[in-house]
Amino acid sequence: MKTRDVVIIASGGANIASLRFALERLDVPSVVSADAARIGVATHVILPGVGAAADAMSRLNAAGLVRVIPQLRQPVLGICLGMQLLYEASAEGGAACLGIIPGRAERLPDAPGRPVPHIGWNTLDIRRDSALTAGLGPLDYAYFVHSYALPIGGATVASTRYGDAFSACVEWRNFYGAQFHPERSAAVGARVLRNFLDIEPPCA
Amino acid sequence: MRDGQVVKGVRFRDHQVVGDILELAARYRDSGADELVFYDITASPDGRSVDRSWVTRVARLLDIPFCVAGGISSVADAEQILGSGAEKISINSPALSDPTLIDRLSGRFGAQCVVVGIDSQTVDGDYRVQQFTGDVKRTRDTSRRTLDWVREAQQRGAGEIVLNCMSSDGVRRGYDIPQLRAVREVCSVPLVASGGAGLARHFTEVFTAAQVDAALAASVFHSGELAIPDLKRQLRDAGVEIRP
Repeated sequence: MKTRDVVIIASGGANIASLRFALERLDVPSVVSADAARIGVATHVILPGVGAAADAMSRLNAAGLVRVIPQLRQPVLGICLGMQLLYEASAEGGAACLGIIPGRAERLPDAPGRPVPHIGWNTLDIRRDSALTAGLGPLDYAYFVHSYALPIGGATVASTRYGDAFSACVEWRNFYGAQFHPERSAAVGARVLRNFLDIEPPCA
Repeated sequence: MRDGQVVKGVRFRDHQVVGDILELAARYRDSGADELVFYDITASPDGRSVDRSWVTRVARLLDIPFCVAGGISSVADAEQILGSGAEKISINSPALSDPTLIDRLSGRFGAQCVVVGIDSQTVDGDYRVQQFTGDVKRTRDTSRRTLDWVREAQQRGAGEIVLNCMSSDGVRRGYDIPQLRAVREVCSVPLVASGGAGLARHFTEVFTAAQVDAALAASVFHSGELAIPDLKRQLRDAGVEIRP
């Protein structure tokens, strides 16, 4: 793999360590930063997230990143809550998000036989080609942990079902998202991370 | 786990060493386990802070989710463990002593990483919660009804309930289906069955008859008696959807 300079945005999420370890397993070093200048020179940027949308947005706001992230031109990957933050808003606390992708994260409906949060391994239904999901097929399972999800929309490249179908992977210009946790999705997750890192950054 | 090694008892006593943490973690990762749970059974009864440097080593090794349980009695304890790379923390005795711990952990980290473990057994014809089960001399009946505690834990922000049916634990005669069914009725977050697995059909039975979201087992895997790939094949043949 070509030289990669990965910056993980310090968004206060609890999955930063497991994400760094997953990148280590791919022999890709990473730094964790909330500094706009440092993020700006990265080849690849990852926005992780575990926790509440409003809380994460206030951290990004305090770090002065709410206007910076939408302007990034290199590949950006939002994971779980980080993917939801790429959208306009979340029903979780009515939080305004980064507004990069049209749409709003909605709470998974409570239904008998479908406990929320949704925790578990689900298959991916590939809806259209994307660099992020290259090599993945209908027998591949990924690990999900979430209570909110993005409905199927223009950015959806893969979906899964928990009751209704929702977005599992998204692509919008240089912004990518995974609702599941690639860092904890065994070989499938490693493939998604490798796919992301294989996306060429724009020439400086 | 006790003192850095993996141990397993029968009905929560007489623990034997079964191996090294990292070796077992790698073995279960490679055989297709969907999640690993590490219970530090020394932590809570001794009331001491424990060396948790192993959490980072496990997090580096594993590419599947894992949960850490035992002696987590503060937001700071949880922060250290989650910050080391665990997905979830599971609390049991400390939540019984101070139920607001569930609210505080859930408020800080989100319900999805707060698991409430409940050790339950029949006392006077009712399911009752037991505390300090890591040390047989300190184990006590809390007089809390298990179903009430399941409801309260969810209201306080538990994102998952692990029900350890103590009289079934380690004896491999099957999960306690009636008790798990009763808990399922009042549990709208993911429910994990624990205690009693001995045969592949016990797993099939607990998924189909008690509608649990996951089944946890230790003895039957540690002994090598049941291989995870074989178990998963049998579950799929029985119509239970599961990752290969």
